[in-house]
Amino acid sequence: MTYDILATDLTLLAPELMLAIGAMALLMVGVFIKKDETAAKWVSLLTIGLLVAAGAAALFLVPGAGGVAFGGAFVFDPFALFSKVAICGAAALALFLAGPYLKAERLARFEFSVLVALAVLGMAMMVSANDLISLYMGVELQSLALYVLAAFNRDSLRASEAGLKYFVLGALSSGLLLYGASLVYGFSGATGFDAIATAVGEDPSVGLVFGLVFLICGLAFKVSAAPFHMWTPDVYEGAPTPVTAFFATAPKMAAMILLARLLYEPFGNAVDSWQQVIWAIAALSMAVGAFGALTQNNIKRLMAYSSIGNMGYALVAVAAASETGLWALLAFMILYMVGVIGAFGVILAMRTPEGMVEEVDDLSGLSQTRPGLAWSMTGIMFSIGGLPFLVGFFGKLFIFYAAVQAGLIWLVVIAALASVVAAAYYLRIVRVIWFNEPTQKFVAAPTPVGLVANLSGLATVLLVPLAAIVFMWARGASIGLI
Amino acid sequence: MLEIGLAHYLGVAALLFTIGVFGIFVNRKNVIILMMSIELLLLAVNINLVAFSSYLGDLAGQVFAMFVLTVAAAEAAIGLAILVVFFRNRGDIAVEDINMMKG
Repeated sequence: MTYDILATDLTLLAPELMLAIGAMALLMVGVFIKKDETAAKWVSLLTIGLLVAAGAAALFLVPGAGGVAFGGAFVFDPFALFSKVAICGAAALALFLAGPYLKAERLARFEFSVLVALAVLGMAMMVSANDLISLYMGVELQSLALYVLAAFNRDSLRASEAGLKYFVLGALSSGLLLYGASLVYGFSGATGFDAIATAVGEDPSVGLVFGLVFLICGLAFKVSAAPFHMWTPDVYEGAPTPVTAFFATAPKMAAMILLARLLYEPFGNAVDSWQQVIWAIAALSMAVGAFGALTQNNIKRLMAYSSIGNMGYALVAVAAASETGLWALLAFMILYMVGVIGAFGVILAMRTPEGMVEEVDDLSGLSQTRPGLAWSMTGIMFSIGGLPFLVGFFGKLFIFYAAVQAGLIWLVVIAALASVVAAAYYLRIVRVIWFNEPTQKFVAAPTPVGLVANLSGLATVLLVPLAAIVFMWARGASIGLI
Repeated sequence: MLEIGLAHYLGVAALLFTIGVFGIFVNRKNVIILMMSIELLLLAVNINLVAFSSYLGDLAGQVFAMFVLTVAAAEAAIGLAILVVFFRNRGDIAVEDINMMKG
């Protein structure tokens, strides 16, 4: 009897178990291969395989209906499944992009891939957390691996500074998150989300609302929403570019999903007590993202502000507190990740014979020197900026639709104004690419980088007819949570 | 005689937490003090958790506190490692010197 329960529980955890055991096995593989570069190459390939396998395990190995494991601490539902597959895919793509860069910068060490695998394990725990303890463990597992990744280029002052800043502010956010968790536990008398939901009811006590606000602040740090965004530009600029590509995709998805689950499940009946908080954070993020990026010359800093702004749009969907909002959020995050990973592909292709360059002006005349990359970057920038009729536009459209349906008219007005301002800097990049005279020529991009950049550029157009399928998946995944 | 109840423990924890947050934002001297402030935050939470656990007669809070202790140790180890790397590159750990990038 006990054995049966354990076996069922472990089946639900199949992707996480594979990642945990796989990461430890890969650590051994790395130790036993003598030469550093060979070890890095093999472990990186194996980790990509592991991530794909974990995604496939989530899809096929776990029983379709899902369920809860370990006394309700861990939940596997379509919502978690959707996010897990997306996170594994984004991480695999980021690793695929990282290989040639790390080799060229003499950073090829196998620990990189293992750390990515451990971070993904943490994210998988986050999206499946159904208890304050498992929520905290997932967040920390993810964060600790990410701190090390930010400082991975340990001989660079900028990278170690980025790591230090990320660590201090990340630890502060974990402290806020925990303080909120302790208050929620104290005033509801339980750590499980289901029990908290019963204790919260329609009209939560002041202590619970106080705890919830702390929890939201802690998670807003992790999704880099304003006013908790100050670490983002520095960390994005200082960290090695493939690490930044990873930071901009998978962890954002995981933290956003966790925030949505937290607000919709334990606090789902008390929408009034958190809607204004999310409203304010969303509006502020969109404004900071739009105006902050206007003066940036470093393209990695620009992408940081772009991600702050886009998280604002995602929070608009969260604020809608409806099923439409939920699937608009899932679809938006997927389309956003497709664009961002391609944008970082293009940034990784910006290498002159002297080394990497990362200023916007270095893209001058890209249309003449590298037309393929120029077309991709144009498509990606238009898509992230939400210009009709590329895929990014549809992501935002449904978020606006959900928000209007929920009666958040003013938030939609702010969002639309912010998109107009934000379009200015996306268009500036496109102008530099097409209308400036070329000043230098980039060296040929390595195959993975070129492949990801071009595929993502194509996806911004080709996904349009397929967007309906993405929406249907997202729709299926969001049913039952609210 | 004064009865020490839940509110007193929560008050102490809130005070420690506030000191920790101020230590991170007001401190302009040394990164080690930042690390100490972070520990202070986590320990304030632990007082909260144990006080609630004892008040509610529910063990989950103490289990949570154990997890927090373990994670705090791992966090301190990683933080100090990053600090050592930073010191090697910069030769100093004053908070004012973490200024390569504006922000």
